[in-house]
Amino acid sequence: MVKKIYFQSIFFSFFFIKEAFAAESGGMPQLNPEFWVSQIFWLILTFGIMYLVLSKLILPKISNNLESRKSQILENIEAAEKQREDSDAKLKEYDEIISKSKLEANSIFNQAREKALKDINAKKEVLDKQIDNEIAEAEKEIDALRKNAPDKINKIAIETSSELLQKLIGAEVNNSSISAIVDDLSKRNGDKYYGN
Amino acid sequence: MAANPMSQFDVYRIGPEIKVGAFDISFTNASLFMILSTVSILLIFNLGSKKNSILPNKIQLLAELSYTFVSKMISDTAGSKAKPYFAFIFSLFMFVLFCNMFGMIPYTFTVTSHIIVTFVLAAFIFIGVTVIGFIKHGFGYLKLFVPSGVPAVLLPLIVVIEIISYLSRPISLSVRLFANMMAGHTMMKVFGGFVISLGIVGGWLPLSFSVALTGLEILVAFLQAYVFAILTCIYLNDALNLHH
Repeated sequence: MVKKIYFQSIFFSFFFIKEAFAAESGGMPQLNPEFWVSQIFWLILTFGIMYLVLSKLILPKISNNLESRKSQILENIEAAEKQREDSDAKLKEYDEIISKSKLEANSIFNQAREKALKDINAKKEVLDKQIDNEIAEAEKEIDALRKNAPDKINKIAIETSSELLQKLIGAEVNNSSISAIVDDLSKRNGDKYYGN
Repeated sequence: MAANPMSQFDVYRIGPEIKVGAFDISFTNASLFMILSTVSILLIFNLGSKKNSILPNKIQLLAELSYTFVSKMISDTAGSKAKPYFAFIFSLFMFVLFCNMFGMIPYTFTVTSHIIVTFVLAAFIFIGVTVIGFIKHGFGYLKLFVPSGVPAVLLPLIVVIEIISYLSRPISLSVRLFANMMAGHTMMKVFGGFVISLGIVGGWLPLSFSVALTGLEILVAFLQAYVFAILTCIYLNDALNLHH
């Protein structure tokens, strides 16, 4: 309802305004040629001056500014690129140095190890030889001892037997007959005792 | 009571009458706003080009954005051959834009709402483009009226249409801008009159319309300046690169 009244009032106001305007309406001022020449004159004057100042003074400066900014940005990008390349090269160099020194350290380590091994081997050989010699000597001694052992034992056996016989029978027994028996026994049972 | 919506377009003398021969070149309100527009353009772009800092301040950014905007518009529509005409199209765009925008301030005069102003601009563009076309292509420029790939039967008709459309360019260019400006401002004035006549009770609706129209008119002010400049670029493109 309120809306209807509102629109009605707007609608009626059209007539009202039309009447108000009709009193002083005089057509389009644009079509009144009174000031055409003046407008053309001032348009050419102002536009011409503006065009001259813009094209000769201001626009070249703006274009210059834009160009210089562009070139500076390009330069900066180039410099940044160059620095990045430099740093890449440095990084590569650094990597190379590191890998080289690693190799060197490895080779030094290997050399040291080889040397130590050689030393150890040499010493081991010398020691082995000494040990072998000593073993050989000892074996020789043992052999010698072993060779002498039956004779000594036989001797002891003969002496002991003769003494025993003397004590038992009270008569002297010929040593040569006893030794013959002992020899015979030892020959028969020697293997059992000496394991030769 | 509300004033005549057309009275805002009245041209009146400011100061004494100046006459050169039979011609009246008195200083008028139209002259005042032409000078205001050009002075503000020169002021803004002078300030915007003074300092050359890598990080532009606001006014420098404004100037440079306008520069790249117009230069992109020209290179997009007319190609690289149109570079020598950049300054003219830039001036044209800025002049029309500032005159339109000054007209949006209440109690001001809209220079571009007068057919004579827009017609002089359009006629100058038309003559200039035609002269450039004939200089670049000689009489070959007349091939513009003979589109390729048209059946021979239709050719006489097409040529006549092309010639008429070519000759109507200054009229369409000037009337478009003038009519847009005049219609918009008249409409705003009419709605403003409604606000007064309907008073405190009924005036709110036309007032809200007025507010919306102001936004629309600012858009139109920019758009018409852009259209004016881009049509100039298209005409220039015809003259520079004969495509037909």
